[in-house]
Amino acid sequence: MIRVVLPHHLRTLARVGDEVQLEVNGLATLQSVLDALEAKYPMLRGTIRDHETQKRRALVRFFVCGEDVSHEPPDTPLPTVVTNGTEPFFIMGAIAGG
Amino acid sequence: MSGVRLLVGTRKGAFVLTSDAKRKDWKVDGPHFAGWEIYHVKGSPVDPNRLYASQSSAWFGQIIQRSDDGGKTWETPGSSPEDLKGPEGMPKGESNKFVYDGIPGTHMWYDGTQHPWEFKRVWHLEPSLDDPDHVYAGVEDAALFESKDGGKSWNELSGLRQHDTGPKWQPGAGGMCLHSIIIDPENPKRMFIAISAAGAFRTDDGGKTWKPINKGLHSQYIPDPHAEVGHCVHHIAMHPSRPSTLFMQKHWDIMRSDDAGDSWREVSGNLPSDFGFPIDIHAHEPDTIYVVPIKSDSLHYPPDGKLRVYRSRSGGNEWEELTKGLPQKDCYVNVLRDAMTVDSLDSCGIYFGTTGGQVYGSNDAGDTWNAIVRDLPAVLSVEAQTLS
Repeated sequence: MIRVVLPHHLRTLARVGDEVQLEVNGLATLQSVLDALEAKYPMLRGTIRDHETQKRRALVRFFVCGEDVSHEPPDTPLPTVVTNGTEPFFIMGAIAGG
Repeated sequence: MSGVRLLVGTRKGAFVLTSDAKRKDWKVDGPHFAGWEIYHVKGSPVDPNRLYASQSSAWFGQIIQRSDDGGKTWETPGSSPEDLKGPEGMPKGESNKFVYDGIPGTHMWYDGTQHPWEFKRVWHLEPSLDDPDHVYAGVEDAALFESKDGGKSWNELSGLRQHDTGPKWQPGAGGMCLHSIIIDPENPKRMFIAISAAGAFRTDDGGKTWKPINKGLHSQYIPDPHAEVGHCVHHIAMHPSRPSTLFMQKHWDIMRSDDAGDSWREVSGNLPSDFGFPIDIHAHEPDTIYVVPIKSDSLHYPPDGKLRVYRSRSGGNEWEELTKGLPQKDCYVNVLRDAMTVDSLDSCGIYFGTTGGQVYGSNDAGDTWNAIVRDLPAVLSVEAQTLS
């Protein structure tokens, strides 16, 4: 079980609380976690990654154990503390005013 | 009992304002989608409980919301439990998937160089006149999309963007937006659209091919003031009883066409400024039109700090100022292009929202005004629904 913490606006869009829990089949990577998130909450498709290119939107960041993994390759495996649910996977909106 | 519902899009959410037919006491419901930019909300003319909303954010992109109960509840189309799985067992969630048809190509950038077409947001949603599931979307960078499944999926009507003049289109200060969509009620194959800053276009074959309709427009701020395209059209309006007559608020100039856009003539007349954004038409008098003069493109606020609606009862040229109930000193708000609307009660109600968060309404065709609400976020759009 993987815990994912969403930014406020995506929580309201998906109508979920502070964090969601996902089951990921096989190796848990940045891509497979996002795939599982979008499969469970299809209204989030296109809000984190571009529909066509699957690239991360410019003002969205990913953090794991205090580290920014936004620029890691999509197939980067997530650490055990994330895959076993000890630590959450954070999706954040960049601080950019507004 | 009849009444009016106003659908208000703002910089920080959507609001639904409702009143009975007297239009004196209003209930304010919202914010819906709090914190998101709501460029436009509009209802279907054949099912007033079917509403579409364009929700967007610089962080998370475009969202389409739909209500089937007049704005009480909303959903992103295609995300309900029965929609979760497609034929291949994959999630759908394509209500916000706006992908240009083919290779998007380039348009002119602010500095005169060519720039790739990039989807940014939906500016305007126009439900069709005969099917609540059929809706058009005008987007930035300028293109026209349509959905025939209630907003679950979208396809581009690419004949517009692929017009020969596309590389000459350029963004206005707000972006290269397709902001006006008008469907001819007497000819379902005919539509009008307008783009800032490209101009107005018409299709006579249901959106396959498009013709620039900008003859008579004169724009001193572009290299060729009489160019086929490149004009910063801010808004166009048509009365359903007279679909060949169009009114236009151009960047500067109020324009009128009586031949479905084939030619235009200026009808700015005695306005204190002919710069502005919205233009609208009385529901029962096709020659009664309304504009809100703004001092200039550099200032974007009313002349002399006085918020005045101007009304022409002669289809232009002769204008009277309407000020009763509107602030006549120290007022420096703007009224954006989709932020004026009319209801179809008798007498006609007219409404507009400001960048200062006020929504003003008149239940006597503009003679007197009241602030329905004063302190919303900056208003981007207002649409009226007349309920029976």
